[in-house]
Amino acid sequence: MPKEFRRDVFQAIADPTRRAILSMIALQAMTPNALAEHFDTTRQAVSKHIKILTECHLVRQELSGREIYYHFNAKQMKEVDQWLEQFKKLWEDRFNQLDDVLFNLKPNDYED
Amino acid sequence: MKTNLLLNFTVDKENKKIHVEREFAASVAKVWAAWTQKELLEQWWAPKPWKARTKEMDFREGGHWLYAMVGPEGEEHWARMDYKSITTQKSYSALDLFCDENGQPSDFLPCSQWLTSFQENSSNTIVDVMLTFNELSDLEKHLEMGFKEGFLMAFENLDEVLESKG
Repeated sequence: MPKEFRRDVFQAIADPTRRAILSMIALQAMTPNALAEHFDTTRQAVSKHIKILTECHLVRQELSGREIYYHFNAKQMKEVDQWLEQFKKLWEDRFNQLDDVLFNLKPNDYED
Repeated sequence: MKTNLLLNFTVDKENKKIHVEREFAASVAKVWAAWTQKELLEQWWAPKPWKARTKEMDFREGGHWLYAMVGPEGEEHWARMDYKSITTQKSYSALDLFCDENGQPSDFLPCSQWLTSFQENSSNTIVDVMLTFNELSDLEKHLEMGFKEGFLMAFENLDEVLESKG
Protein backbone atom coordinates (compact mmCIF):
# COMPACT_ATOMS: atom_id res chain seq x y z
CA MET A 1 0.00 0.00 0.00
CA PRO A 2 1.70 3.23 -1.10
CA LYS A 3 2.04 5.76 1.67
CA GLU A 4 1.03 9.12 0.35
CA PHE A 5 1.51 12.34 2.21
CA ARG A 6 -1.63 13.83 3.60
CA ARG A 7 -2.37 16.26 6.34
CA ASP A 8 -4.25 14.69 9.15
CA VAL A 9 -5.53 15.64 12.52
CA PHE A 10 -2.41 14.28 14.22
CA GLN A 11 -0.22 16.71 12.34
CA ALA A 12 -2.51 19.48 13.47
CA ILE A 13 -2.12 18.75 17.16
CA ALA A 14 1.59 17.93 17.04
CA ASP A 15 2.46 21.63 17.14
CA PRO A 16 2.00 23.70 20.33
CA THR A 17 1.01 26.88 18.47
CA ARG A 18 -1.66 25.01 16.59
CA ARG A 19 -2.93 23.48 19.80
CA ALA A 20 -3.15 26.98 21.27
CA ILE A 21 -5.05 28.24 18.22
CA LEU A 22 -7.47 25.34 18.51
CA SER A 23 -8.07 26.03 22.21
CA MET A 24 -8.92 29.63 21.41
CA ILE A 25 -11.29 29.05 18.54
CA ALA A 26 -12.90 26.17 20.41
CA LEU A 27 -14.24 28.80 22.79
CA GLN A 28 -15.34 31.24 20.11
CA ALA A 29 -14.93 31.84 16.39
CA MET A 30 -12.20 34.39 15.74
CA THR A 31 -10.95 36.60 12.93
CA PRO A 32 -7.35 36.19 11.72
CA ASN A 33 -6.39 39.55 13.23
CA ALA A 34 -7.85 38.78 16.64
CA LEU A 35 -6.09 35.44 16.61
CA ALA A 36 -2.72 36.82 15.54
CA GLU A 37 -2.74 39.31 18.43
CA HIS A 38 -2.36 36.41 20.85
CA PHE A 39 0.95 35.28 19.41
CA ASP A 40 4.42 36.75 19.34
CA THR A 41 5.17 35.25 15.96
CA THR A 42 4.48 37.02 12.67
CA ARG A 43 1.04 37.11 11.13
CA GLN A 44 2.38 35.02 8.26
CA ALA A 45 3.46 32.31 10.69
CA VAL A 46 0.03 32.26 12.28
CA SER A 47 -1.59 32.18 8.84
CA LYS A 48 0.53 29.20 7.92
CA HIS A 49 -0.67 27.34 11.02
CA ILE A 50 -4.26 28.21 10.17
CA LYS A 51 -3.72 26.92 6.66
CA ILE A 52 -2.50 23.58 8.01
CA LEU A 53 -5.42 23.40 10.42
CA THR A 54 -7.79 24.09 7.55
CA GLU A 55 -6.18 21.36 5.48
CA CYS A 56 -6.67 19.01 8.42
CA HIS A 57 -10.34 20.02 8.44
CA LEU A 58 -10.12 21.19 12.03
CA VAL A 59 -10.86 24.77 11.08
CA ARG A 60 -13.69 26.07 8.93
CA GLN A 61 -13.73 29.57 7.50
CA GLU A 62 -16.91 31.55 7.41
CA LEU A 63 -17.53 34.94 5.96
CA SER A 64 -19.45 37.40 8.07
CA GLY A 65 -19.77 40.74 6.30
CA ARG A 66 -16.23 41.69 5.33
CA GLU A 67 -14.58 39.57 8.00
CA ILE A 68 -13.46 35.96 7.91
CA TYR A 69 -14.15 33.97 11.05
CA TYR A 70 -12.38 30.75 11.93
CA HIS A 71 -14.57 28.08 13.46
CA PHE A 72 -13.47 24.95 15.26
CA ASN A 73 -14.61 21.66 13.78
CA ALA A 74 -14.90 19.47 16.87
CA LYS A 75 -16.13 16.46 14.95
CA GLN A 76 -12.74 16.04 13.33
CA MET A 77 -11.06 15.71 16.75
CA LYS A 78 -12.94 12.50 17.37
CA GLU A 79 -10.52 10.72 15.07
CA VAL A 80 -7.75 11.33 17.61
CA ASP A 81 -9.88 10.04 20.42
CA GLN A 82 -10.84 6.85 18.69
CA TRP A 83 -7.33 6.12 17.55
CA LEU A 84 -5.86 6.69 20.97
CA GLU A 85 -8.54 4.96 22.95
CA GLN A 86 -7.28 1.39 22.64
CA PHE A 87 -3.71 2.31 23.43
CA LYS A 88 -4.70 4.58 26.26
CA LYS A 89 -6.82 1.83 27.75
CA LEU A 90 -3.84 -0.51 27.85
CA TRP A 91 -1.86 1.98 29.87
CA GLU A 92 -4.74 2.82 32.14
CA ASP A 93 -5.34 -0.82 32.97
CA ARG A 94 -1.65 -1.45 33.43
CA PHE A 95 -1.34 1.50 35.79
CA ASN A 96 -4.43 0.55 37.75
CA GLN A 97 -2.79 -2.81 38.35
CA LEU A 98 0.36 -1.03 39.42
CA ASP A 99 -1.71 0.98 41.90
CA ASP A 100 -2.77 -2.27 43.54
CA VAL A 101 0.78 -3.61 43.64
CA LEU A 102 2.03 -0.42 45.24
CA PHE A 103 -0.82 -0.35 47.72
CA ASN A 104 0.02 -3.86 48.95
CA LEU A 105 3.78 -3.47 48.85
CA LYS A 106 5.56 -3.99 52.17
CA PRO A 107 9.02 -2.54 52.84
CA ASN A 108 10.65 -5.99 52.92
CA ASP A 109 9.12 -6.84 49.50
CA TYR A 110 11.61 -4.64 47.76
CA GLU A 111 15.22 -3.56 48.05
CA ASP A 112 15.32 0.11 48.86
CA MET B 1 -10.65 3.09 45.71
CA LYS B 2 -10.08 5.18 42.62
CA THR B 3 -8.43 8.47 43.32
CA ASN B 4 -8.04 11.33 40.92
CA LEU B 5 -4.45 10.68 40.00
CA LEU B 6 -2.95 12.53 37.12
CA LEU B 7 -2.86 10.72 33.78
CA ASN B 8 -1.58 12.42 30.65
CA PHE B 9 -1.40 10.65 27.37
CA THR B 10 -0.22 12.34 24.19
CA VAL B 11 0.97 11.22 20.80
CA ASP B 12 3.33 13.42 18.87
CA LYS B 13 3.31 11.95 15.40
CA GLU B 14 5.63 14.61 14.04
CA ASN B 15 8.41 13.60 16.42
CA LYS B 16 7.40 9.95 16.52
CA LYS B 17 6.83 10.00 20.26
CA ILE B 18 4.23 8.74 22.67
CA HIS B 19 4.22 10.39 26.05
CA VAL B 20 2.52 8.88 29.08
CA GLU B 21 2.56 10.54 32.48
CA ARG B 22 0.92 9.13 35.56
CA GLU B 23 0.96 9.84 39.26
CA PHE B 24 1.09 7.08 41.86
CA ALA B 25 0.18 7.26 45.53
CA ALA B 26 3.45 5.80 46.78
CA SER B 27 7.03 6.79 47.50
CA VAL B 28 9.55 6.90 44.70
CA ALA B 29 11.40 3.95 46.28
CA LYS B 30 8.30 1.77 46.01
CA VAL B 31 7.40 2.87 42.51
CA TRP B 32 10.97 2.38 41.32
CA ALA B 33 10.98 -1.14 42.77
CA ALA B 34 7.73 -1.97 40.99
CA TRP B 35 9.26 -0.99 37.64
CA THR B 36 12.61 -2.65 38.10
CA GLN B 37 12.11 -5.92 40.02
CA LYS B 38 10.76 -8.87 38.12
CA GLU B 39 8.56 -10.24 40.91
CA LEU B 40 6.77 -6.90 41.06
CA LEU B 41 6.73 -6.19 37.32
CA GLU B 42 5.09 -9.54 36.71
CA GLN B 43 2.20 -8.51 38.91
CA TRP B 44 1.10 -5.55 36.81
CA TRP B 45 2.83 -5.37 33.43
CA ALA B 46 0.40 -7.58 31.50
CA PRO B 47 -3.23 -6.62 31.04
CA LYS B 48 -5.57 -9.13 32.64
CA PRO B 49 -6.22 -11.95 31.99
CA TRP B 50 -2.72 -12.10 30.53
CA LYS B 51 0.32 -12.58 32.75
CA ALA B 52 3.91 -11.50 32.35
CA ARG B 53 6.36 -14.36 32.94
CA THR B 54 10.07 -13.64 33.22
CA LYS B 55 12.68 -15.83 31.58
CA GLU B 56 15.67 -13.60 32.30
CA MET B 57 15.99 -10.39 34.24
CA ASP B 58 19.15 -8.45 34.85
CA PHE B 59 18.40 -4.86 35.78
CA ARG B 60 21.69 -3.12 35.11
CA GLU B 61 23.12 -1.09 32.26
CA GLY B 62 23.63 -3.54 29.39
CA GLY B 63 21.30 -6.06 31.01
CA HIS B 64 17.80 -7.01 29.90
CA TRP B 65 14.39 -8.32 30.83
CA LEU B 66 13.25 -11.20 28.62
CA TYR B 67 9.65 -12.08 29.29
CA ALA B 68 6.53 -13.54 27.79
CA MET B 69 3.00 -12.23 27.88
CA VAL B 70 1.06 -15.40 28.56
CA GLY B 71 -2.58 -15.53 27.56
CA PRO B 72 -5.46 -17.42 29.15
CA GLU B 73 -5.06 -20.22 26.58
CA GLY B 74 -1.33 -20.42 27.27
CA GLU B 75 -0.42 -18.45 24.14
CA GLU B 76 2.85 -16.54 24.41
CA HIS B 77 4.10 -13.23 23.05
CA TRP B 78 7.73 -12.59 23.80
CA ALA B 79 9.37 -9.24 24.34
CA ARG B 80 12.67 -7.89 25.54
CA MET B 81 13.60 -4.72 27.35
CA ASP B 82 17.29 -3.86 26.95
CA TYR B 83 18.48 -1.49 29.65
CA LYS B 84 20.78 1.26 28.37
CA SER B 85 21.30 3.69 31.23
CA ILE B 86 20.10 3.67 34.80
CA THR B 87 20.06 6.38 37.45
CA THR B 88 18.60 4.74 40.55
CA GLN B 89 15.19 6.12 41.56
CA LYS B 90 15.49 8.85 38.92
CA SER B 91 15.27 7.35 35.45
CA TYR B 92 16.22 4.55 33.14
CA SER B 93 16.34 4.25 29.39
CA ALA B 94 15.76 1.06 27.47
CA LEU B 95 15.11 -0.46 24.09
CA ASP B 96 11.82 -2.31 23.91
CA LEU B 97 11.53 -4.99 21.26
CA PHE B 98 9.44 -7.93 20.25
CA CYS B 99 11.36 -11.18 19.97
CA ASP B 100 11.10 -14.95 20.17
CA GLU B 101 11.54 -17.05 23.28
CA ASN B 102 15.31 -16.97 22.84
CA GLY B 103 15.34 -13.20 22.73
CA GLN B 104 15.93 -13.14 18.96
CA PRO B 105 14.42 -9.85 17.70
CA SER B 106 11.38 -9.94 15.45
CA ASP B 107 11.87 -8.90 11.81
CA PHE B 108 8.47 -7.39 11.37
CA LEU B 109 7.48 -5.87 14.69
CA PRO B 110 9.08 -2.52 15.48
CA CYS B 111 11.19 -1.59 18.48
CA SER B 112 10.96 1.61 20.48
CA GLN B 113 13.16 3.54 22.85
CA TRP B 114 11.89 4.18 26.33
CA LEU B 115 12.87 6.87 28.75
CA THR B 116 11.12 6.35 32.05
CA SER B 117 11.57 9.03 34.71
CA PHE B 118 10.44 9.12 38.33
CA GLN B 119 9.79 12.24 40.31
CA GLU B 120 8.64 12.53 43.91
CA ASN B 121 5.75 14.93 44.41
CA SER B 122 4.93 15.36 48.13
CA SER B 123 4.11 11.75 49.10
CA ASN B 124 3.27 10.74 45.52
CA THR B 125 5.45 9.81 42.58
CA ILE B 126 5.04 10.96 39.01
CA VAL B 127 6.20 8.53 36.36
CA ASP B 128 6.91 9.89 32.94
CA VAL B 129 7.28 7.44 30.05
CA MET B 130 8.54 8.76 26.74
CA LEU B 131 8.45 6.27 23.89
CA THR B 132 10.33 7.16 20.74
CA PHE B 133 10.09 5.28 17.47
CA ASN B 134 12.58 5.25 14.61
CA GLU B 135 9.96 5.66 11.95
CA LEU B 136 6.51 7.13 11.99
CA SER B 137 5.27 3.92 10.43
CA ASP B 138 6.75 2.06 13.44
CA LEU B 139 4.65 4.12 15.80
CA GLU B 140 1.55 3.41 13.76
CA LYS B 141 2.43 -0.24 13.46
CA HIS B 142 3.02 -0.43 17.17
CA LEU B 143 -0.39 1.01 17.86
CA GLU B 144 -2.32 -0.66 15.12
CA MET B 145 -0.69 -4.03 14.73
CA GLY B 146 1.50 -4.66 17.73
CA PHE B 147 -1.36 -4.34 20.09
CA LYS B 148 -3.73 -6.33 17.98
CA GLU B 149 -1.09 -9.07 17.94
CA GLY B 150 -0.79 -9.33 21.63
CA PHE B 151 -2.45 -7.04 24.03
CA LEU B 152 -5.65 -5.84 22.50
CA MET B 153 -7.02 -9.37 22.46
CA ALA B 154 -6.75 -9.34 26.18
CA PHE B 155 -9.16 -6.46 26.40
CA GLU B 156 -11.58 -8.11 24.05
CA ASN B 157 -11.47 -11.19 26.25
CA LEU B 158 -11.97 -9.08 29.31
CA ASP B 159 -14.87 -7.21 27.72
CA GLU B 160 -16.53 -10.52 26.96
CA VAL B 161 -16.08 -11.75 30.50
CA LEU B 162 -17.55 -8.56 31.88
CA GLU B 163 -20.46 -8.58 29.44
CA SER B 164 -21.32 -12.20 30.16
CA LYS B 165 -21.58 -11.33 33.83
CA GLY B 166 -24.16 -8.71 32.92
